[in-house]
Amino acid sequence: MRSNPRDYQLVAPGTLHAVLSLLAEAPGKWLPIAGGTDLMVLYGAGKLAARNLVSIWSLPELRGIEVLPDQVRIGAGCTYAELREHPVIAREFPLLARAASWTGGTANQNRGTIGGNIVNASPAADSLPALLVYEAELILVSVRGERRVPYLGFHTGYKTTQLAGDELLRAVCLARQFSECLHHTRKVGARSAQAIAKVAIAALGGVAGGRVQEVRIALASVAPVPLRLFETERAVKGKSIDKCLLAAARRATVSEIRPIDDIRSTARYRSAVSSNLVEEFLRRLSAGAPI
Amino acid sequence: MNNSSIVGISVPRKEGQDKVTGRAQYIDDIVLPGMWYGATVRSTIPRGRIKQITFGAEVAWDDYVIVSAKDIPGKNCIALIAEDQPCLAENCINHPEEPILLLAHADRHALAKAVNAISIEYDPSPAVLTLEESERCCDIIWGSDNTFKTYVIQKGDIDSAWAKAAYIVEGEYRTGAQEQLYIENNGMIAWFDPEHGITVWGSLQCPYYVHKALMTLCQLPAERVRVVQVETGGAFGGKEDYPSMIAGHAALLAIKTRKAVKIIYDRLEDMAATSKRHPSRTRHRTAVSKDGKILGGTIDFTIDGGAYTTLSPVVLSRGAIHAGGPYYWPSVRITAKALATNAPPHGAFRGFGAPQSLFAMERHMDRIAQIIGASPIVVRQRNFLKPGQTTITEQAVREPIDLEKLLDRALELSSYQSRKESFAEENESGEIKKGIGVAAFLHGAGFTGSGERYLGSVVGVEACADGAVRVLVSSTEFGQGTKTALSQVAAETLGLGYEDVDVAPADTMEVPNSGPTVASRTVMVVGSLVCSAALGIRHALRQSGWLGDSYSPEEFRAACRNYVAAHGALRSWSRYEAPPDIFWDDEKHRGEAYAAFAWAVYIASVRVDLTTYTVSVDDFVALQEVGRVLHPVLAAGQITGGVAQGIGLSLYEKVIWQNGRMQNSQMTNYIMPTSLDVPPIRVFFEELGNVHGAFGAKGIGELPIDGPAPAIANAVADALGAPCDCVPLLAEDIFDILTTRVATADRSGSPSR
Amino acid sequence: MSNSHEISGRREFCFTVNGERKTVPAYPMERLLDVLRHQLRLTGTKEGCGEGECGSCAVLMDGILVNSCLVPLLQAQNANILTIEGLAGAGLHNLQQAFLHCGGTQCGICTPGMILAALYLLKKNPFPTIEDIREGLSGSLCRCTGYMQIFEAVEEAARRQTSDEV
Ligand SMILES: Cc1cc2nc3c(=O)[nH]c(=O)nc-3n(C[C@H](O)[C@H](O)[C@H](O)COP(=O)(O)OP(=O)(O)OC[C@H]3O[C@@H](n4cnc5c(N)ncnc54)[C@H](O)[C@@H]3O)c2cc1C
Ligand code: FES
Ligand code: FES
Repeated sequence: MRSNPRDYQLVAPGTLHAVLSLLAEAPGKWLPIAGGTDLMVLYGAGKLAARNLVSIWSLPELRGIEVLPDQVRIGAGCTYAELREHPVIAREFPLLARAASWTGGTANQNRGTIGGNIVNASPAADSLPALLVYEAELILVSVRGERRVPYLGFHTGYKTTQLAGDELLRAVCLARQFSECLHHTRKVGARSAQAIAKVAIAALGGVAGGRVQEVRIALASVAPVPLRLFETERAVKGKSIDKCLLAAARRATVSEIRPIDDIRSTARYRSAVSSNLVEEFLRRLSAGAPI
Repeated sequence: MNNSSIVGISVPRKEGQDKVTGRAQYIDDIVLPGMWYGATVRSTIPRGRIKQITFGAEVAWDDYVIVSAKDIPGKNCIALIAEDQPCLAENCINHPEEPILLLAHADRHALAKAVNAISIEYDPSPAVLTLEESERCCDIIWGSDNTFKTYVIQKGDIDSAWAKAAYIVEGEYRTGAQEQLYIENNGMIAWFDPEHGITVWGSLQCPYYVHKALMTLCQLPAERVRVVQVETGGAFGGKEDYPSMIAGHAALLAIKTRKAVKIIYDRLEDMAATSKRHPSRTRHRTAVSKDGKILGGTIDFTIDGGAYTTLSPVVLSRGAIHAGGPYYWPSVRITAKALATNAPPHGAFRGFGAPQSLFAMERHMDRIAQIIGASPIVVRQRNFLKPGQTTITEQAVREPIDLEKLLDRALELSSYQSRKESFAEENESGEIKKGIGVAAFLHGAGFTGSGERYLGSVVGVEACADGAVRVLVSSTEFGQGTKTALSQVAAETLGLGYEDVDVAPADTMEVPNSGPTVASRTVMVVGSLVCSAALGIRHALRQSGWLGDSYSPEEFRAACRNYVAAHGALRSWSRYEAPPDIFWDDEKHRGEAYAAFAWAVYIASVRVDLTTYTVSVDDFVALQEVGRVLHPVLAAGQITGGVAQGIGLSLYEKVIWQNGRMQNSQMTNYIMPTSLDVPPIRVFFEELGNVHGAFGAKGIGELPIDGPAPAIANAVADALGAPCDCVPLLAEDIFDILTTRVATADRSGSPSR
Repeated sequence: MSNSHEISGRREFCFTVNGERKTVPAYPMERLLDVLRHQLRLTGTKEGCGEGECGSCAVLMDGILVNSCLVPLLQAQNANILTIEGLAGAGLHNLQQAFLHCGGTQCGICTPGMILAALYLLKKNPFPTIEDIREGLSGSLCRCTGYMQIFEAVEEAARRQTSDEV
């Protein structure tokens, strides 16, 4: 353990209101900690810069999954275990349920929260491509009130977000409109469990009359932020899937991603696998295979 | 006399209860009164000189005790084979993470900050970072030619082999560094007082290695150095030499602070600073007859030893002797070199050089098969060593080993033929390519050549006042089952119950030097000595009249009690004596290299996913001949554990180096197999009924790590139809192999598959 | 918000460990792992990595499996903690017996965390398939066994547990 607990302050005001007031007192001073599965790793390695932490773990206002007629509202404090076990998530948002099921091992899934994954803003985060594809909306809250922002665009750059210093992420909203679509996801990690994605895809789509009607594709670990592949989507939308289209989709994919060489993989590999994954999805889409 | 056999039965592990209840005390679980904590300040450059050390003003240095090389009472080195490795660098830096200063403080949390507050200015020199740079000798970093050791093994007339050859097959094979990754990090506690000298307790494999190192470092006589092994959470060779360094550091701090001092590495430090498996490069050039018989060849085996000698000469020797595999070579010349680079010294890791050279041999057999157009099976069958033939060191095979039969059984167990056929069919289309690969190999048990003679191990057996029997050895338990197996041997020898026998803690005050717990020697060599020492006890009891010719376990216990009450302690010692007819020439590496070999055939079935270039192992058959299996559960556990580590070596575990420094020194980015990454590992034993060691047992600990890498690489090559000559084979490597291969249609950009 | 939060420093934390109520003076950011090991001397919980990867520090907190190296003590306030020391009753627990019998422990350093992960798995899923076991234990690394004998141990414990219940 490379940090000294003496140097850190951690408080747990216990209610959302109390936490928000504390944040408002000195915006940017206090760093929220939920399940700690990102922050405590930094802490152990002596790399946690923030000295004042406020616990939001088990704040009742951030818990729970609310199923409304037209949308599902997931509390930011929802853990992966809760997500993967929820029947509506499993049925209607399988990309998210699957992502939850491969985010670390059991213990990690019992503590890691979706809010933490979003705000931590790693380009490799597992649940984020799913949120891009489902076009999630985020509810941010502060003493100033609530605001809704589209998740797309929430990440402004590598590990930066639109969250203000006095705000918390309160919930994630998903519209219940994808039950007709083919959902496709795959994570490519260094091993079968407990692996950070080298590349991951989440996608959904539908084909009618031989042509691609609906298509949404997102990738992790190929850019400073999780990436929606709008160019690639444009290249295939309304077209019928044939060799020529697959080639165009691969080209579009490679042109819009910005993979890098790092400790986990190489840009060359990531680029090739990205287009393979996109092609694999489109092939499944054309074959109409179920998830 | 109790005839019910204990050997061959899976008795409960001696220390098992303590382990499953959490009672077992590992080094970090132990706290001594008034104990302080120690930390190490290390170099950040691969090579250069220390210019200046600055202590940051933000730390209250008066609260710390600081040790530098100047505080060393004896010789500033870690005494092992050579004395070239300093315990604390004084001036010259030869690798990153080289220890320079030691700090101690009463509060363990106060250390990290202090370590960070020390800045060291260097005069850097050019570093040698690869085998090729080391060979080139542009910069000399060790001796006169960057070479720790060279061995040449020569057998027969190679020149005539070239002349007769129908094919000359060449290949180059490489293996990477591998971290032992015991789950318990290294740790030591030291305590000093002027009267008793130094005592260290720690996580370690070889108490007497540490003992020797501390005598030299602290300039103390043998009786004033005491080393105690506590429960050790895995080692795999990784706690063979480096613990001497940590013990030295803890001892220096203990001497200066006059307190007990504990040093526990965290994972980052353990991975970055301690030894790993030697990276290797092997070049084969082989003369092969038309029908696939090896006529002769050359093998150049080169390993990267890192910055200091440590155990490299011994690793090199074992690697070289295994380089020819389980095959008959009419002629061969093996040139083996251990070279210096500016990386932390590489050291012992299960297999000790053999996994590296056997990987090359077994990949090369598949290459030979491919070039001459025969199956990998046939080529192996043609060349297997047979009883009466000699190995590359001209050691005659005396055991009735039948490798063809072993191979046949493995083929059957793995459904080799039918898989081969169905894979060929399945591979015609689709993105999943399947393959199956074989590795046949051997592993020598015990120290190489005259090693055992030099060691002259001593074992004791003691009859205790309560009637129990205790085995006195410095052989350590770190998961392999030493305590259990040696207790079985003693109990069986004396006709006692398993519970009547125990093994004393490995404490140099209490136990003799039975040699290091390495080289798969414990059951075979130490076990035999336990037998004879145990018989000595029985003899003494009978001589003294306390024990009759036949006896029950209860009568034996009574005899012990009576004897001890009447005459005091009863101990019997047994010292290793080399069989008189054993010939070994260390210079030429010729003769009886090992007292016994274990033999094996491993077969891996894999799938390669061409969408992601990832490989997974679907099935693994591990068939071996290891003599008598003393404890089926322990033996199978050794094999499955070794195979899983071998799978790591093959497919997952890559050390990423930058300037001689490990970049991925965390468990999140140094990737070992999880429970989802191992296939069913199916373990089978073949027993020849030969008599070696204790009750016919040969070594088993290292063998299983030799086979997985070549079996898996051969299987991947089979799946892809492309050579896979380096391990590990990460997805990125598979991708590179496929995309840099000429004569293959460019896959990317072509959607037709 | 009251300024009392500004006061950092040691204070008392209460929680239940293995059925016993404990009060310890500590800093709120101390890792649960360290408090168990150092303050309470419950050293059966091990540290293998300190980064959430190896699972050797796993304990049950309010019935769920967590890695105690990633839990700041404040978040364990008033919680109910089960460590390996609390598992055995008069005799060994079913799982402990099965680990002993099947060879599920070698060096033993992963064993406490592994047994707790297995306990949690069986609690949630008393009839696990081999695939369930592989997945349920995938956050617990073992370098010694190659996992096969651990799988056998969990299967055996599951069998015994259900046959005991019948
Ligand atoms: C062993 C291990 C394996 C892992 N594997 C994966 C993996 O496979 N895939 C993956 O994506 N991640 C993985 N992670 C990372 C981590 O588990 C996830 O990112 C998790 O979702 C983080 O959630 P948390 O609640 O634990 O975050 P914390 O560590 O508590 O917080 C993370 C960040 O989010 C902020 N934050 C949290 N909640 C809120 C909120 N409601 N409002 C505002 N800010 C908030 C915090 O201030 C902090 O900056 C792994 C971590 C570990 C230790
Ligand atoms: S020590 Fe907590 S997971 Fe490894
Ligand atoms: S038994 Fe040693 S790590 Fe699992």
